[in-house]
Order: sequence, then structure tokens, then C-alpha cells
Amino acid sequence: MMAVQLWQLLDLLLAGLTLGLGWAAVSGPDLRRSVVFFIAFGLLVAVVWARLRAPDLALAEAAIGAGLSGALLLSALRDEPDAETSDDVRGGPVAALVSLAGLALAAAFAWVMIHTLGAADPVRLADQITAQLPNSGVGNPVTAVLLNFRAYDTLLELAVLLAAVLGILALGPARTPYRAAGPLLDGLIRWLVPLLILTAGYLLWAGAHAPGGAFQAGAMLAAAAVMLRLGGHTIAGLPRPPMQRILLTAGIAAFVLVGVITTGLGLAFLQYPGGWSGGLILLIEAAATLAIATTLALAYIGGRPAGWVSEGSADTTTKIGGRD
Amino acid sequence: MSDLLGILFVLTGIAFFAAGSIGVLRLPDLHSRLHALTKADNLGLGLLCAGLAIIDGGALNAVKLFLVWVLVLAASATAAHLIAQQALRQADK
Repeated sequence: MMAVQLWQLLDLLLAGLTLGLGWAAVSGPDLRRSVVFFIAFGLLVAVVWARLRAPDLALAEAAIGAGLSGALLLSALRDEPDAETSDDVRGGPVAALVSLAGLALAAAFAWVMIHTLGAADPVRLADQITAQLPNSGVGNPVTAVLLNFRAYDTLLELAVLLAAVLGILALGPARTPYRAAGPLLDGLIRWLVPLLILTAGYLLWAGAHAPGGAFQAGAMLAAAAVMLRLGGHTIAGLPRPPMQRILLTAGIAAFVLVGVITTGLGLAFLQYPGGWSGGLILLIEAAATLAIATTLALAYIGGRPAGWVSEGSADTTTKIGGRD
Repeated sequence: MSDLLGILFVLTGIAFFAAGSIGVLRLPDLHSRLHALTKADNLGLGLLCAGLAIIDGGALNAVKLFLVWVLVLAASATAAHLIAQQALRQADK
């Protein structure tokens, strides 16, 4: 009894802190401070997911929501030193309208939640998933949903990621690289990058039966790329551009290939033949991990790295450092 | 008995965290704040991990907790060094 109350107290504290940090992240005029608050907010949200017994989401939130998004925001700030303070965070009719719309959305969401949670005979998706889990080829329900039950959705998610990175590549040459790291940071990078690669491989493999999977593993690899880039490695450990193109599309390619083959076998698109599910899921996830990692690394580099010269255009962006 | 020992370790660790937090809030300049933060948190986290490992009792989890501590130790020491170095550079200008 005591223990339950203690947990409830901790949960209340967590909820309050999350709201407070969220407010701190959007309300202040100092953007650098806001970004730091946002990173702390992301870590707390990860703890919230862990408390809700959603470790997959907690991992993804910590790695992508707090870690990589934070790194992206910080590097964007570095590019725009003039924009470090924004004077129109508060006030202005647009800001007021956005706040109102947000409040209305939250109220509508709360209303829907209250009504659906209280429904007499709810359809529990979790029960259906648990019932079908033995047929999915994997033991982790999240992976089963993402790569089997709704694999089509995940294929489209990878397409969204590809579209996003194409937009980033179209923006222009890469951001100014960082200067070479000092001996201490360089030592840490040399030590952490292999560890991150190892962790990514573990998460990819573990995704079949425990929390993990392509998105978390890809984020780990991308974190290694971010570390390398911060340490002064201009292309963040990525291979040469032709290989980058292959890696970027690897996830979708694997998905579509499997889909086309299953269609050829007379099954539905992405309906895995019996007994093959586990292996096919691992194959798709491995390709998706590489694609996600390359996408996130290129997003962090913030544009075309050296060597991305497209034929037929007067594109001379082979030099790195230009930001014009 | 081992539970009691573990709880003792955790509480000592929390005391170090509290001291470090008070140091960050109260100390006058960046370098002494960094000193308070890294020293106290590293020792605090070490004691916390040791306490949790004792309470858990499993060897595998003890290794994992030890790894957590070592990683945070390396990262926070490097981060503190970088922040201090940057502060010195800016002071020189």
C-alpha cells in the first residue's frame, strides 16, 4: 500500500516536472536556454514512457526526441548566432491563436480519452496483438506491429524520412564543420563510437524479442555520426556519396523488394510466407537501420557533404564550409 | 542485511547529489560550480549504482550498473573539461 502511494507521488512529481519543463522550453526569449530545457523535457518524457511500461518508446524518445533533436537544434542555433534571442516569443496575434488552438486540441483530446476509456465494451488492440503474436515471427509486440501487422505504415514512414532528407540535401552544402577535437574529447569519441555501433547492433538484434528495433538502432548509429562530426570529422564517418545514396534508400528498397516478391508468390503485398517472418523482419530492419542512421546523420550535417555534385547542374558545392 | 547495506549506499549517494546540487546553486563562479557538479555527481552516481547492485544481487546487472557509472564518469569528466576550456578561452578574449 505504501509502495503504491510512493509511486503515485513520484508520478505526480514527474508529470508536474514535465509540464514545467515544457512551459520553460517554449516561454523564454533565450533560444539556447529553450533548447536545453527541450532536451531535459525529452529525457523526462522518456522516463514517463518507461513508467507507462513502454520501453520501446522510452528508448526512441531518449535517443531521437532528446538526443538527436537536441543536437539538431543546437547546431541550427550555431548557424544563426543572431537568432539566439527571439523577441516575439510572447505576444502577437499569431502566438495567441496558436495557444488557443493548442488548448482546444488538448481539450478535445482529453474529452475523447475520457469517453473512450469509459466505453462499455472497448476493442482492445493489445489483446488482438497478443493473440496474433505467435504468428508474427518475433516475440516483441512492438516489432510485430511495426514490421508485420502494419508493415505498410512503416514502409511509408521510411518514405517520409527519405523525403525529409532529400529536402535537407536540396537546401545546400553542408554546415561548417567543427574544428578538430582536443585530445580528451578525441579519446572519448574513439572510445564511444565503437560502443555506440555495438549498442546499435544489439538493439537491432534484440528488437525481435525485447525493446529495440530499427529506429532505436538507427538513432544509436546516428549518435555515433554526430559524435564524429562534433569531433571534427567532416563527413561524420559516412561512406562516399554513391554509397550514401544506396544506404539512404536501403530501407525502402528492402521493404519493396520483399513486398514485390511476396506479391509474386501470390500472397498479399508484404504478407510474409509462413516460417519466413522472423528472417524477413530482421533483413528489413537491418536495411532500415542503415537508412535511418544515414538519414539522421545527413540531417545533422545539414546539407550535401563534399562529393554530392549532381550531373547536369552548375552545382559547385564540393567545398565544405560555404553557407551562402 | 544486504538490503540495508544497499539502502545505506543509495542514501549516501543521494547525499552527494544533494551536496552537488546545492554547490551548483550556491557557488560563485563557473569553475567552482563545475567542480561541485562533477565531483559530487560522479561519486554520488557511483554510490547509487553500487547500492542498487547490492540490492539487486545479480552479477549481470551489477556489471551493467558499473558500465553505466563508467560511461557517465567519462562523459561528464570530458564535458566538464570542455566547458571549463571554453570558459577560459572566452575569458582570454
